[in-house]
Amino acid sequence: MINIGLGHYLFLAAIIFIIGVIGIFLNRKNVIIILMSIELILLAVNINLVSFSIFTHDLAGQIFTMFILTVAAAEAAIGLAIIVVYYRNKGSIRVEDISSLKG
Amino acid sequence: MIAHAIFFYFFSIIAIFSAIMVVASKNTVYSVFYLILDFISVSCLFIMIGAEFLGMIMLIVYVGAVAVLFLFVVMMLNVSGTKDEQFKRKISYSHISFGSLISLIIFLELIIVVGGWKYKPNIVEISSIRIDKDFTNTHAIGNVIYTDYIHLFQLAGLILLVSMIGAIVLTYRKREGIKKQSYFKQISREKKEAVTLVEVESNKGINLDD
Repeated sequence: MINIGLGHYLFLAAIIFIIGVIGIFLNRKNVIIILMSIELILLAVNINLVSFSIFTHDLAGQIFTMFILTVAAAEAAIGLAIIVVYYRNKGSIRVEDISSLKG
Repeated sequence: MIAHAIFFYFFSIIAIFSAIMVVASKNTVYSVFYLILDFISVSCLFIMIGAEFLGMIMLIVYVGAVAVLFLFVVMMLNVSGTKDEQFKRKISYSHISFGSLISLIIFLELIIVVGGWKYKPNIVEISSIRIDKDFTNTHAIGNVIYTDYIHLFQLAGLILLVSMIGAIVLTYRKREGIKKQSYFKQISREKKEAVTLVEVESNKGINLDD
């Protein structure tokens, strides 16, 4: 309990990951919440990589985290641009209204 | 060691609480703020365990850029305008049981990773880049990222460029009926076509419509 090891960090990352996954399917408000849940999931992955990197004394994990950060920023920019265009066309970004790709 | 434990529990409780509030908050603006709180507490954790550079980059990139971008979009789009419409509709709960089953399975799998690590902690012996205690964290990352990982680094820059162009192309729209400055027209304008000398007879005036 007092000795903080790798397991504690992995547990924290697992909890945040699950909260992100739950946020994706539980939310009925708007798509922006889904994007934020994806950011949470990426954050959990970053915690995993950094804690493994620190506790195994290997720098590669931190460098991979930097690349994940880059991809997350790019994904947020593109996703928000798509949401803005969708809102301009349809006038709503509620999850239930976005069902034209249902097939 | 006790200080490490205290700070770990402090920051991780804040992180978990704010992650829950991101998902559960009624107002979208509030959930963006909780997302910012989450990023700040996790970057504090990173700084605490010795990844200072990544913690600072996390603050700059996530809190300074991504979260502000989210905030811009939330405030630009009228997301709370459809609030009263929400109560009128029938809400289906059929997906919740399936989704919670899936997320429970994912959680158990992630916990199995922790358990496996506890049984055999030195399962990974070979490490590609050892962390050297003589260098600071930023120095060590800089040593590696411009030599061994230079191609991936350039590729990351390309990804950012592509996403920037994509975001501009997606959101750009040509509006009708708005007067804009045309630099090309302004520069290529010449005296010959712009100015004409007109002989005006006395008491006649001239017709300027053309």
